Amino acid sequence: MNTVVLLKRVPDLVEDLEVDSSGTALDSEHLKLTLNEFDDHALEQALLLKEGGGGEVTAVALDSEDVDKMLFTALAKGADRALKITGTGAVNGTSELAEVFAQALGSVNYDLVLTGVQASDDIDGQLAPTVAAKLSVPCIEVITGVEAGDGSVTVHKEYAGGVLAEFEMTLPGVLGIQAAAQSPRYAPVSKVRQIQDSATLDEVAGAGGDNGKFSIVVMTPPETGEGAQMLESVEELIAVLDSKGVI
Amino acid sequence: MTERYNLTVNTGREKDQSFVEKESAVIEGIDVSGRWNRMFVPREIQDYDLTNMHKLTAIPGAESMGWCYQCAQCMPACPVDTAGGDYGPRKIFRRLELGMDLLDSRDLWLCTTCANCLRVCPKEVDMIKIMPVARAAAVLEGNVPAELLEMFQNVAEYGNPMGQSARKRAAWIRKSDAEIRVLPKDPGPVDVLWFVGDFYAYHGRGVDAANAMARVFNALDVDFGVLGADERTDGDSQRLAGEPGLYEELAEHNIEQFKQHEHERIVVSGPHAYNAIKNEYPAMGGEFEVEHYTQFLADQIDELKPLLTGSFGNRKVTFHDPCYLGRHNGEYDAPRDLLEAVPDLDLIEMYRCKEQGYCCGGGGGGMWLDGFAAEQQSERLSENRVKEAVMVGADVLAVCCPYEVSRFEDAVKSTNNDGKLEVLDIIEILDQCMGA
Ligand code: SF4
Ligand code: SF4
Repeated sequence: MNTVVLLKRVPDLVEDLEVDSSGTALDSEHLKLTLNEFDDHALEQALLLKEGGGGEVTAVALDSEDVDKMLFTALAKGADRALKITGTGAVNGTSELAEVFAQALGSVNYDLVLTGVQASDDIDGQLAPTVAAKLSVPCIEVITGVEAGDGSVTVHKEYAGGVLAEFEMTLPGVLGIQAAAQSPRYAPVSKVRQIQDSATLDEVAGAGGDNGKFSIVVMTPPETGEGAQMLESVEELIAVLDSKGVI
Repeated sequence: MTERYNLTVNTGREKDQSFVEKESAVIEGIDVSGRWNRMFVPREIQDYDLTNMHKLTAIPGAESMGWCYQCAQCMPACPVDTAGGDYGPRKIFRRLELGMDLLDSRDLWLCTTCANCLRVCPKEVDMIKIMPVARAAAVLEGNVPAELLEMFQNVAEYGNPMGQSARKRAAWIRKSDAEIRVLPKDPGPVDVLWFVGDFYAYHGRGVDAANAMARVFNALDVDFGVLGADERTDGDSQRLAGEPGLYEELAEHNIEQFKQHEHERIVVSGPHAYNAIKNEYPAMGGEFEVEHYTQFLADQIDELKPLLTGSFGNRKVTFHDPCYLGRHNGEYDAPRDLLEAVPDLDLIEMYRCKEQGYCCGGGGGGMWLDGFAAEQQSERLSENRVKEAVMVGADVLAVCCPYEVSRFEDAVKSTNNDGKLEVLDIIEILDQCMGA
């Protein structure tokens, strides 16, 4: 079974995010990008499937800051091929990104496409179903377990309240991964460096991208509501609790 | 005639035992035929499956593990065994004989690379070389305790083990009341390039020490600068914990930074950075003059003394030798010289000091294996050490390794010695007594 994993870089929340002077984008000066953690689980799940039953794993990502290192890391973890989508220009939102991924998959031989169930810029998890719709294949989301079958996969989907359902999905298809069967593996840096020296990244010219349908009108931090009081010290907190008669 | 027989002896292992006997023999008229004259041929008494031993000693750097002759001198020296860890080179060797795969064992992660066993071992079984290469092999197999893995990931991503923003490394400087030159913003030659280190830059108690250092430097008119957000972890703990690639990446980065700014010497806050820059960076193309801060300040003791106008109130202070300043790099005097220069400070020694200093448990990656190690031992090494400091009657445990303040403060609490023992970095003591 050949698996493709769609990897996305998202703003790293370890840095405080700030809106730039245009008011429509994040200030890139201190912006650091990192791999979406759910995509890391998708990659891990793909590698586990490969280790369990063979096949190839291809990691696909849009060209962005530090993307090469991320793709070499995927190779070091055990992916067979890394594909970088270049020259797309601005990609606004999940719908456009899904189009770019779907177009790029035209050149890839795959049975299963995995990606993270959500990302900090796609909280409602639209990437997997939108890619599936563009490829005209089935999709199941919020997956916590995948077993390979013959021309199909059996998956566990998680519902709210801890309810689990088991599905069988005919391939090809797309899965939105919530969690892999084990936490994502670590790629020792020496291995990544070795791969960096010996392997190459495949590139494909991006198609799709900016379709003119979406533009960001305004981006702002959440407005401060009423009723919240910012405390500066533990002493203040104790005073508040004391005044409420809690302690 | 002599016949040779094979007899199966029940030794727990299936093994043929050879013996010889004469069918008929008469000696001095006594009939000693058959089994009465039986003699056994020499029997192999050591018959171990040494596959795992050989797998380990085949790793370049780990050869000396095979040299152990079980003399046991290392056992009382090993701080992990002392803390109830059932550990030490002798035990590791014996377990390897009995088939243990070190790469898949808890024994791989308990050594703090403190070098106390190497000090006494007649065979030079060198855990400082064995552990990093054995661990690196285990890391390549994906076999790493979760706590340590998280640290590797943080360092790989952010350049510091806390997983904090690389940019915020300079945050303490903006809030400091001292005058600190940040070289990337304000370039130009300096006498001292101060390598601040992670704990001084990010940890609450470390920041206290960093500020103290900056104030002492200011008072001494030291011409110094720091790398600010351009600094990364020195990498020594990552190297010792089995991530050589990560170490190389960090070393390359820091060396490049050191070369960008003209300086006479590097002064470091911590013994691990000292060890890395002094002993490891040269192999990566970085030859620099480096001093631990206690050495740098001890060299200026005559200028320092007149500034120490405050009193330390006749408090009893004992000093914990950091393994990587003491045993690894032979510096025992500089920290003591500084403490002795403080007015009304009563310096007392613990039993295990200087060459025989007891390890705090933070070295060799131990800082990020605290929960793992605590589960394997009856107590933390830091707890064992704190009890000793209390036992000798110290009011203050003085340290000069940035790992140690938080380790020992936690240990003071967990051993119910809260209020009895204060943990202070030597630089904090100096700063307190500058009488400002
Ligand atoms: S001191 Fe050296 S030779 Fe003796 S038991 Fe320990 S490791 Fe073996
Ligand atoms: S280096 Fe220290 S912790 Fe490691 S085995 Fe030797 S004495 Fe024990």
